[in-house]
Formats: sequence, structure tokens, C-alpha cells
Amino acid sequence: MTTIGIPRSLLYYNYFPAWKCFFEELGAEVVLSDKTTKNILDSGVKVAVDETCLPVKLFYGHVQNLKEKNIDYLFIPRVVSVEKKEYLCPKFLGLPNMVLNLMKDLPPVLHLDIDISKKNKGFYRKIYKLGKLFTPNPLKTAVAFKKALKKLSEYQQQLLMGYTPMEYLDSLENGSISKQKYDFKDSKKNLDKREVPQKLKIAVLGHSYNLNDSYISMDIYKKLRDMGANILTTEMLSQSDQEKGASNLKKDIFWTFGKDIIGSAYYLLDQQMVDGVVLVVSFGCGPDSLVGEMIERTFKRKRTLPLLFLTLDEHSGEAGVLTRLEAFVDMVRLNKKTA
Amino acid sequence: MDGEITVKITFPHMGNLWIALNTIFEELGAEVVVPPPITKKTITLGVRHSPEFACFPLKVNVGNFIEALETGADTIIMAGGTGPCRFGYYAEVQREILQDLGYDFEIVTLEPPQGSLLGLAANIKRLANYKSWNEIYRAFKIAWQQINALDIMHAASLKVRPYEEQKGATSKAYEKAVSLMVEARNTDSIAESLSQGLQIIESVSRVNSSRKPLKIGIVGEIYMVVEPYANMEIEKTLGEMGVEVHRSIYLGHWIKEHLLPKLFGPGDVEEIKKAAFKYLNHFVGGHGLESVGRTILYAQDNYDGVIHILPFTCTPEIVAQSILPEVSRDYQIPLLSFSMDEHSGQAGIITRLEAFMDLLEQKREKEKLLGAV
Ligand code: SF4
Ligand code: SF4
Repeated sequence: MTTIGIPRSLLYYNYFPAWKCFFEELGAEVVLSDKTTKNILDSGVKVAVDETCLPVKLFYGHVQNLKEKNIDYLFIPRVVSVEKKEYLCPKFLGLPNMVLNLMKDLPPVLHLDIDISKKNKGFYRKIYKLGKLFTPNPLKTAVAFKKALKKLSEYQQQLLMGYTPMEYLDSLENGSISKQKYDFKDSKKNLDKREVPQKLKIAVLGHSYNLNDSYISMDIYKKLRDMGANILTTEMLSQSDQEKGASNLKKDIFWTFGKDIIGSAYYLLDQQMVDGVVLVVSFGCGPDSLVGEMIERTFKRKRTLPLLFLTLDEHSGEAGVLTRLEAFVDMVRLNKKTA
Repeated sequence: MDGEITVKITFPHMGNLWIALNTIFEELGAEVVVPPPITKKTITLGVRHSPEFACFPLKVNVGNFIEALETGADTIIMAGGTGPCRFGYYAEVQREILQDLGYDFEIVTLEPPQGSLLGLAANIKRLANYKSWNEIYRAFKIAWQQINALDIMHAASLKVRPYEEQKGATSKAYEKAVSLMVEARNTDSIAESLSQGLQIIESVSRVNSSRKPLKIGIVGEIYMVVEPYANMEIEKTLGEMGVEVHRSIYLGHWIKEHLLPKLFGPGDVEEIKKAAFKYLNHFVGGHGLESVGRTILYAQDNYDGVIHILPFTCTPEIVAQSILPEVSRDYQIPLLSFSMDEHSGQAGIITRLEAFMDLLEQKREKEKLLGAV
């Protein structure tokens, strides 16, 4: 059976259920890289250009890790755009090229360009081309693709219900989803109804690939929960809520993830449905340097919702992060009492 | 005219761009406040008020704006963009920063026509005090001619500098030539200033040497390449070390490609894309693809080396930076990558340049020896 290696990194957190379904439907086996460890990160840092942001360095590490596994292909799609008139960060646009120029002796890379910024006409052709590697029958590819899309929307539904990507993706591997971690089924509805009034509600905003990698985020979700907070993430807010928030911007923001983050931040600021917001950005992230600045300035001006701005890099110490989170949660709690 | 409001227009510095913008708005009867030339103080102001990890050009812009607003400007002209690189969102962030500082101003973003041609036209008309389209066209045409003339003079100075007898003579001549262009406001006087300017540059006295200077091509992010203050006058430094520098990006190119792509067609973009294809087969925003493609073209033109200049954290250029070492190996063209920001010091840069020069000289000697056998 053909095995396809997929790095457990970057867009894995957004699209893995669909990718897995697609390749399995075509009769291939999908192999993931191991969960992030210090070794994986270090091996990525080693090949990367210094200034590269942490998530991309980590991606290289996961590619290295897959190299040691018995795989026939590496899947590194080039995701240019997933929304009309929007893009992902330039690094996603150059990702396969960076990998191929920085690393040698890789298994053959399966390419797929995803770009619907203007029109999505060529897209199906690319899917068929990819499918040809596994089956001469385009119908089979079409079915696999359709199923994959369905899987994707199921996944997104689950996230809206209050699962974090990490929890759901883990369940794909060990078969069951842990119930107790489940903060609030139908998170938003519950929050609206104030069914959990005594608990602090903290939104954690940032790129999915940072927040859901517990090594990189230093398990920020767990840390906050241990401090007695319920968490809300970007994925738990509907597209329309995020759009509502983003409509406060004078000019549409052209990064899809940047828009999700700033849209969620502004929505939460308008709605006052959480007690505080933690914004997690990677050191050296281009888009976040601007998105973060807009959020920080707007929150400061309004002064109605506390914000913690957390920058992560490969040198961030867990103790430092914990201290800052604790101080923040204490402050939020105090705020809530006096309010 | 009815409803005419007098605004005091300003804009960011970027090489000689101010000359053309000054021309446009003055010719249209607006009042212009050219920001004071970039100094250490500009950078300090910009850095203090900008996000730490914003790319350097944004910070320098902010410094320019603060200094211009302090000297009476009230309307800032910025270019926009549709991504994926950060430039397209600069103006939005800059507006927030300046608002929080309490300035009373308007920032007008000229979005590239892919955005909305009507919006662009409306903005231009308003800024032009509702002058006729004919007058507006004329002002833009003059400015465009100035830019092209300035680019030609600049390229000429690069060719003369490595031979100059007296260090700094070329730069002085070039500055004089540029100042002639500032005053030229019609097609004839621009042509006249151009030929005078070229003459001034060409008449710099040169040493008579049979030695062929090293040839180095410069690629990278456009602001850093075009703005001498930002790149610590790297072209001048190299030229005075006796190097013939070639710059791959000029303001004229940028305007053609960024603002008016439909008017000018693809230019040499196709050639660059083709050259880069094996290494980078997709645009990545900014000039990342150009940096890769141009480096290969320089190698094919037998340049001795390439210098890649980028602002710290520049996303498209980090993509290029990750790919260029492989290109450099395959094409055997030495490459030096400079990531610059407010923390860069000239001393460090000169040291690295000198070491690079030594390497290039050695390589040249070795090749000569090989050629002799
Ligand atoms: S969005 Fe930021 S963190 Fe993500 S790849 Fe781009 S620069 Fe890196
Ligand atoms: S090209 Fe680089 S420096 Fe210029 S705006 Fe984009 S990210 Fe910033």
C-alpha cells in the first residue's frame, strides 16, 4: 500500500481530517509525524533560516521526522488561498519550495496548489491530477474528494460545538474523544445563557497551529483550565460572528487567518461574552505583527476587556509563560469581582 | 472653486519618490509638505511608535509621517495593496498609530486598480482639487518622466563610481544631477536636465585602470534596495570599494508592476519567473520571486556575486532567503544576505562586505588560474 507522510504541523490543524479521508478513500495509508518534541523542533531550527517564524521552523522538523518513517510520499500542499480575495501568509505560498531547497534526500513530494483567491476553476483539475497517482479512475477521485469535503465540514461542526482541534484530531488516532475536556457543548449558546456564570471565561486567540500544539503553546489550554477558566477559541466562533467582528475594520484584511483572529477579537470586544482575551503570536510572524497591533490598540482604547499579548519563540520558558498567565487570570478575576 | 479645501499633503520617503510626488501635487495646485530627510531621529520616532515586529519600512514611514505632521502636513498619501504581503495593510496600522498619538490628519490610501478603479479615480480627483482629467494626466506624465530620468541617472552613477579618482565625487555629482531634476516640470526641461545630469556624472574624473571591477548585483525587498538610508548606502559603500553595482529594482519598475500592471504589460517579469521556476514556481508576495529569479539571471550574466537585502522578518524575502543558498550553490555564485533594521550598524556591514569582497577576489583569481591552464 502506498503510504503518505503528513507533517503534524501548520495546516494539519485545519485540514487533516479531509486529507486523511481523501487519501484513504484512494487506497493509500496516511502516516503522521510524531507529536512535537524538543528534538523535532531542534531539527527544524537547524535547517531553517534564522529569521523564520517558529511554526515554519517546526514544520521543517516534522518533515525531518517523517523522513525517518517508511513513507512513499510526502504531502506538502501549497495553500495560497481558501477564500475569495484572501490569502494565507506568504510563507505558505512558498512552503514546498522552502522545504525542497533546504532539505535533501526527501521522499518525493506530492504537490497540490490550492488557490481560490480569484476563481476555483483549475482546482478540480489539480485534484484529478493528484488522484491519478492512485487510481486511473477520475470518478473514484471525485468521490474521494466529495467525502473529504464532507469530513471537513463535520470537523468544523465539531469545533463549533466546543471541541478544540487538538481534542478532535487526537480522537482520530485513539478512537474516542475525552468527554471531560469538553468545556461547553454548544459553547456559544451556553455562554449566552450564562449557564456557567461562576467560571471565568477566557478566549485564547491565535493561529491554530500554535495553540493546538501543546509543546509549542506549553499547553496553554490546560494551564488556563487548571486555573479554573473555561476557554473559548477562534474555532468555536462561527464564521458569521467573526465576520461581524471584522466588519469593524475600515479595510478588509486579506489574510484568512489574520481575519479570523482579528474578527474574533473584535467580536468578543463588542459582545462582552468573555472575561479576558489571551492573544498568542509567534516571534517573527509577519501578519501577526500588524494584526496584533490593531487588536492591542483597539482593546487599549476601549478598555473594556483585558488582553494578554503572549509572544512565543523557541526560547520561551514555560515558567515565564505560566507566571504571566497566572498574573493575567488573577487580574481578570479581580476585575470580575469588582464589576 | 466651490468646496475647495486646502490640504497639506505628505507621503513617505522612498529613494527619489518624493520628487515625483511633489511634482504631481504641486502641479495640481495642492500644498505639499515633503517630510524632512530621513535621519536617526526619524528612525527613533518610527521605531518607538510602531509594533516591534513590523517590517522596517513601516517604521520608517511612521517616522516620516510624524515629522511631516509636526511640520504642518494634514493629509498623508499611502499606496495600498491586496496582499499577501504586509504592505497592503501598512496604512491601516499607521492610521491607528498616528490617531493614538493624537494627530489630526487624514490618510488617503491609493489602492491598486485591481481593487477598485473608481475608488482610485475618486481619491485622485479629490486630492487634485477636482482639476480636469487632462491636467491630472499631465501631472502624472511629468512625474513619470522624472522617475524614469532619475532611474537612468542613478544607473549611470553606479557605472562611474568604481572608477572615481576621488572618493565621494560620484555621489556629489549624482546629487547635483538629482537636484536639477527636482525643478524640471515639463517634458523639455526633464530631457534637458537628464542630459545635463548625465554629463555631470560622466565627467567625474576617473582613474585609468585596466583592472576590471568586481560586478555585484543587488536583489531584495524594494524599499530596502531603493532607500539609501535604510540600506546604509550600501551601493555607495560598494562603489567606493571599487565594485560595479547593478541594482535589479527601480522605483519605475515598482510603479509599473504594482500600480499599473495592466497599462504596462509584463515587462521582464516573465523572464524572471522562468529563471526562478526550478526553485520557486509561485509568487510569494513582495519581491520574493524576483529575488530568486534575478539572482539566477545575474549568475547567467557572469556577475561575481549577489547581495540580497531584506528587512528583518520580511515574509516574502524569508522565502527567498531560504531558497537562495541552493541557487548560489548550483550556480556557483557567491551570495550575501543582509537582513536589516534599526539595530543594524554600518561598521558590521562594512566588515561583512569586505570579507565578501575578499571571497570574490579569490574566486576570480582561482578562475583565472584555471582558465590559464
Ligand atoms: S502567519 Fe506568521 S506564523 Fe504563520 S507562517 Fe506566516 S509568518 Fe509564520
Ligand atoms: S515585502 Fe517585506 S518589508 Fe515589504 S511590506 Fe512585505 S513583508 Fe514588509
